[in-house]
Amino acid sequence: MDHLNRLLKRAPAWPLYMLCAAHVFWLFYLGLTGGLGVEPIKALEHAYGEAGLKLLVVTLAVTPLRRFSGVNLLKFRRALGLCSFFYIAGHLSVWLVLDVQQVGQIWADIVKRPYITVGMAGFALLLPLALTSNNASIRRMGAASWRKLHKLTYLAAILGAVHYVMLVKGFQIEPIVYLAVILGLIGSRFIERQRKIA
Amino acid sequence: MAFRWSNTLKDNDVTDRSVFLNRRQLMGGAAGLGLVGMAGAAKADELTPNALEDITNYCNYYEFGTGKEDPARNAHTLTTEPWSVTIDGMVDRPAAYAFEDIMAQMSIEERIYRFRCVEAWSMVVPWNGFELADLLQLAGVQSGAKYVAFETVLRPDEMPGVKYPVLDWPYVEGLRLDEAMHPLTIMATGIYGEDIPNQNGAPLRLVVPWKYGFKSIKSVVRITLTDKEPPTSWNKANAGEYGFYSNVNPEVDHPRWSQATERQLGGGLFAGRVPTLMFNGYGEEVASLYAGMDLKAKF
Repeated sequence: MDHLNRLLKRAPAWPLYMLCAAHVFWLFYLGLTGGLGVEPIKALEHAYGEAGLKLLVVTLAVTPLRRFSGVNLLKFRRALGLCSFFYIAGHLSVWLVLDVQQVGQIWADIVKRPYITVGMAGFALLLPLALTSNNASIRRMGAASWRKLHKLTYLAAILGAVHYVMLVKGFQIEPIVYLAVILGLIGSRFIERQRKIA
Repeated sequence: MAFRWSNTLKDNDVTDRSVFLNRRQLMGGAAGLGLVGMAGAAKADELTPNALEDITNYCNYYEFGTGKEDPARNAHTLTTEPWSVTIDGMVDRPAAYAFEDIMAQMSIEERIYRFRCVEAWSMVVPWNGFELADLLQLAGVQSGAKYVAFETVLRPDEMPGVKYPVLDWPYVEGLRLDEAMHPLTIMATGIYGEDIPNQNGAPLRLVVPWKYGFKSIKSVVRITLTDKEPPTSWNKANAGEYGFYSNVNPEVDHPRWSQATERQLGGGLFAGRVPTLMFNGYGEEVASLYAGMDLKAKF
């Protein structure tokens, strides 16, 4: 385990950003060239949204993974979180620019459609987190209050999964699995804390 | 029957196979566009049918999975021969009608219709089929009948999607009798002059062009004439979102999204949306069916 962690410590985090950027452009290219099927707008919107949600799950898993298995991915957590934000920003951009397009309609949707309200709230919570995901912000804010702010990730992830649960038609399992996993990962933090107190 | 929908299309108006098989070629060639323009010249002069590729790869047929491409991937397992449609309830000649026997008695026409999904996307499909009224006449509708109920085949070993309770299987739909007898209402058995692909509802499906697509039930095995409004699958799943009528109506939003606009498939990444038409553009033909009815309450 220590050996693995030593290896991980030596691995750089920056390739994650490159991978994420390449994947974002690759999906866009596929959409342009017919690789996402006959309805590329929704397909791209969903691909970005799902990738963002998946990375949020991975980001949330870093701490429990370290506590329960000892594998330390803490070094990569910022990159994972930021990449998740980039995908979700892409998801929102596709919705705004390629899907709905009209400004009046966009505002009406945000106010009137609960699943969009929930999704937008989740994105709004991610904004301060993305803006403060750098060493300068940690120094300026102080580690304690920075950590407090970044607990918003929990709420943002829950809102993201609820957004997914709310938008599907009929009874579908996949979004419920996302919500359950996210709630489980957040819940695991409380289990750990109670054990410490005991 | 009130009136028959007259199709002025001739056989040579049907798009040549080499043209519809390749959308890019079609979009690229002015000759191709001209041909399609001619084909649509009858009822709907502005309608350009979508490429077969669009129509067969973007389907909601949840029995084969909830993804849009799942039916194209999975529906090959559906056995469509032999096939029969049981027509029962308030009819003079209730029976299981063999598909071949039905086809032998029907005259197949091409109908180029707009198809508008409740999810706010649309396409134009060149169906081949016959009027539902003609099929119902085979069985002889009794005078007390007011509604028509439809049922999709349910075969768990051929339909991977029915393992999940996405809907209460089998899929069921219904129409008021006057809607069912309307000349625009057809049972489709083909697309672009070929047998209808499994993912589009083989071997025969309902097409009601002024209603949201989910009303146009696929792979029909039972048609029941009744005097009570029959249950419909999406209404059972969520009555607040899906009404019995489900006429295309840009003024009545789905609770979760606007129905004022739609995305026409085949336009690519920058296609944007176009305004949705009342009754999907068939108001002239069908608005009278709903005279005096509050379409907001009876959505």
